[in-house]
Amino acid sequence: MSHQSELIAKDIDAYLAEHERKDLLRFLTCGSVDDGKSTLIGRLLHDSKMIYEDTLASLEADSTTQGSAGDHVDLALLMDGLKAEREQGITIDVAYRYFSTARRKFIISDTPGHEQYTRNMVTGASTCQLAIILIDARHGVMAQTKRHSFIASLLGIRNVVVAINKMDLVDYSAERFHEIKGEYLAFAKELEQIDPYFIPMSALLGDNVVDKGDNLEWFDGATLMEHLETVDVEAGVDLEHFRMPVQMVSRPNLDFRGFCGTISNGVIRPGDEVASLPSGVTSTVDRIVTFDGDLDFAGPGRAVTLTLTDEIDVSRGDLLVKVGDLPLRSDRFEAMLVWMGEAAMTPGHQYVLQSVNGTSNATVESIVHRVDVNTMERVAADELGLNDIATCLIASDRELLFDRYGDNRQTGSFVLIDKLTNATVGAGMIQSAKSAWDRAPEETLTRQVSGIDAAERAIRYGQQPCTVLLTGLTAAGKSTIATALERELFDRGKVSLRLDGENIRMGISRDLGFTAQERSENLRRVSEVARIANSQGIVAIAALVAPNAEVRGRARELIGSDRFVEVFVDTPIEVCRQRDPEGMYEAADRGDIPMFPGVSATYQRPTDADLVIDTSVQSIEECVSAILKLLGDKGFLRG
Amino acid sequence: MATATLPPELRLTHLRQLEAEAIHIIREVVTQFAKPVMLYSIGKDSSVLLHLARKAFYPGKIPFPLLHVNTTWKFGEMISFRDRMAEEIGFDLISHTNPEGIAAGINPFDHGSKNYTDIMKTQALKQALNAGGYDAAFGGARRDEEKSRAKERVFSFRDRNHRWDPKNQRPELWNLYNGRVHKGESIRVFPISNWTELDVWQYIHLEEIPIVPLYYSAVRPVVERDGVIIMVDDDRFVFEDGEKPEMKSVRFRTLGCYPLSGAVESTATTLPEIIQEMLLATRSEREGRVIDYDESGSMEEKKRQGYF
Repeated sequence: MSHQSELIAKDIDAYLAEHERKDLLRFLTCGSVDDGKSTLIGRLLHDSKMIYEDTLASLEADSTTQGSAGDHVDLALLMDGLKAEREQGITIDVAYRYFSTARRKFIISDTPGHEQYTRNMVTGASTCQLAIILIDARHGVMAQTKRHSFIASLLGIRNVVVAINKMDLVDYSAERFHEIKGEYLAFAKELEQIDPYFIPMSALLGDNVVDKGDNLEWFDGATLMEHLETVDVEAGVDLEHFRMPVQMVSRPNLDFRGFCGTISNGVIRPGDEVASLPSGVTSTVDRIVTFDGDLDFAGPGRAVTLTLTDEIDVSRGDLLVKVGDLPLRSDRFEAMLVWMGEAAMTPGHQYVLQSVNGTSNATVESIVHRVDVNTMERVAADELGLNDIATCLIASDRELLFDRYGDNRQTGSFVLIDKLTNATVGAGMIQSAKSAWDRAPEETLTRQVSGIDAAERAIRYGQQPCTVLLTGLTAAGKSTIATALERELFDRGKVSLRLDGENIRMGISRDLGFTAQERSENLRRVSEVARIANSQGIVAIAALVAPNAEVRGRARELIGSDRFVEVFVDTPIEVCRQRDPEGMYEAADRGDIPMFPGVSATYQRPTDADLVIDTSVQSIEECVSAILKLLGDKGFLRG
Repeated sequence: MATATLPPELRLTHLRQLEAEAIHIIREVVTQFAKPVMLYSIGKDSSVLLHLARKAFYPGKIPFPLLHVNTTWKFGEMISFRDRMAEEIGFDLISHTNPEGIAAGINPFDHGSKNYTDIMKTQALKQALNAGGYDAAFGGARRDEEKSRAKERVFSFRDRNHRWDPKNQRPELWNLYNGRVHKGESIRVFPISNWTELDVWQYIHLEEIPIVPLYYSAVRPVVERDGVIIMVDDDRFVFEDGEKPEMKSVRFRTLGCYPLSGAVESTATTLPEIIQEMLLATRSEREGRVIDYDESGSMEEKKRQGYF
């Protein structure tokens, strides 16, 4: 159905020009037949002149025989009513409806509002930018109001219209309207909504739907239609963090190699430096190719083909981002999961996970807590039934690249697919990356306590235990300092344990590579060993690149802030390159070593190190002295 | 981190958003499936779909064939348009006709539209899909066409017998499309699900997409039968008693087999005029839609049986 504009008959070219400039708004209607949802949609279409006159004529006839609207035209009859569907046994589902006005085209995701249709509402909400929450003015905020608001918020809909309907049945009372508004705001505090827009209306009689009507003169806000036509749903679109999941590689001939995808966030221009993940290899955007010619820039929602200046290996499921602006990456993460399968989900079962990264095998490792959709309370759960929503810990058999769903609906979402039936059984919204740092030990384990206490050890060794972390670029001098420090402590009769990153990788971490995640895991292992050493009175000296500030923070947290001494070996990269004992910088320059800190990956400089040393201007002896002085000042070298 | 609002140069009109969505879907199919095919009916929706496929793979060629189920009763102009498009655009065209139907001499005049449609369209389509071993087939259906379509998925699952089960559809969230099928099963893909008829016409206008000339008015030989204007497209036309072709200025709003397609009297010879007529006509010419929508009258039933 289309807008019946006068321009159509008068000046079709002007009409087409106008129509061509429209934008698109996808919105969700939340409510049930009883709230007047069908009546509201019918009213929107009717009053914006979307309904053809002969349809209306037959509707008027129907209303007198089957309608429930008394003397009025029952607009709910326009929708294929839920009741009829239920009687016929048709799946109650998401129905998409379309209409347009002179300003916008609208797509309505029309879903039933009852609790047993939560999955349908979630499905409908996943593509919407705005939600209309219907409240019956007689009943005020009810459990379903909270449920609908929660689901809309969960799915990332920040624009909410709270339509307080059936005002005609409460004598158009302004007090009642404000009372309900207050009730709503009280519970919606916890939800991430942008300033919900409250509107009193009577969908049945048309007040404040499209036209203002005469009954609500005390309300001076926009009518629903005015609001839908003008609300800026693109406010808050993220233009900063460029993300393009690569859908396919286009190689029509030997001279062309393009990467096709839809830009989810951010803006890209030829000349921008991009990194392809997971490899981390970087290049520069050469062209933004489309059928209609090359673009100077492209933003969110554009389906484009990018060519790069270098021949780098990029394939489907890879993510193109701007250099230095990395998404999260992990094989374990916490997500809000909506269960859509008829069969219950029990942790441990394996599913196919589909996301912008393509597919992988995944299990729900554990249910952190289920959320009661009516009260938003967290409750314990062993399994998830149809329509259940829960925070879960998900493990994938390969590392995935993602953002928090709250930051990016495309790169933050996934579905779970049943391996046998191929049915889509779960929808997930990623909240955070999880790794072994977060994993709690098995509850069945018991810690064995030593018979020697800390004071005894301190007297025997003449020291208080601590962990010295030497962090810095490759060839900065970390290992040399660590060895010299170990010697010096030994000569003074102290007891230390040296944990050199490279040595650790020859044994304990033999299974790890050099991705950010693996570097993180390597530091975790070193930190765990250092913690054991410390607990037995021994000073630990750890020498690792440890490029990530957040991961270093976690090491500090694990070992204990009072025992953790961070030493930043801040030797300039030019000096490191000149030393480069194993030719690693050169190899990284050639692209042979991906994700090499300082070259193809970031080394995040410590901003709050306990000590900063520079081996290009300080001798090893000076560096060791400085560390010993610091340890002495902190009281670690006294028994 | 977020800007206050989207700068105008980054704003996409509704047609550009629908276009991007369709391109995304088309690309998704090519990477998820081993052997996709695009059903090509030669009508305006097919023309839009074809145009979108060209855009999706530019500068490459369309990496799948187009399948035309030829009942042998299509308008002559449709076939010549089809061949011209294949030549100009350079796609791989497969035309299939049900050989059993030909052998039995099935035609719309003697066998009734229901039998004829089943044998020459539904069965023919299944034959062609089975023969090609296609695991995905694009179609140009839109959700606004009729009620049962309003709930159909973009990736719509079909069982081994090409049947659609409206009660058992996969939830479809965000732009993640689940295309997993077992051997023999397939997915029908509808990239322009979210387009309305007006969007299609507007896009054709905006993009200057070629369409079959039958959409434009011209003086054509027709007979009027039970209130329906039918074009005498070739000498196979079976006249009933007293019928004689008249020359009238007519055009077609949907195209199919010529003996089953109703024309409307019109003088619209340009796209804006057609769009204008369509927008104004919906108010007063509903009876005409019965013909236009003949194929979708019992669409849900037909789809269950394996028709698109």
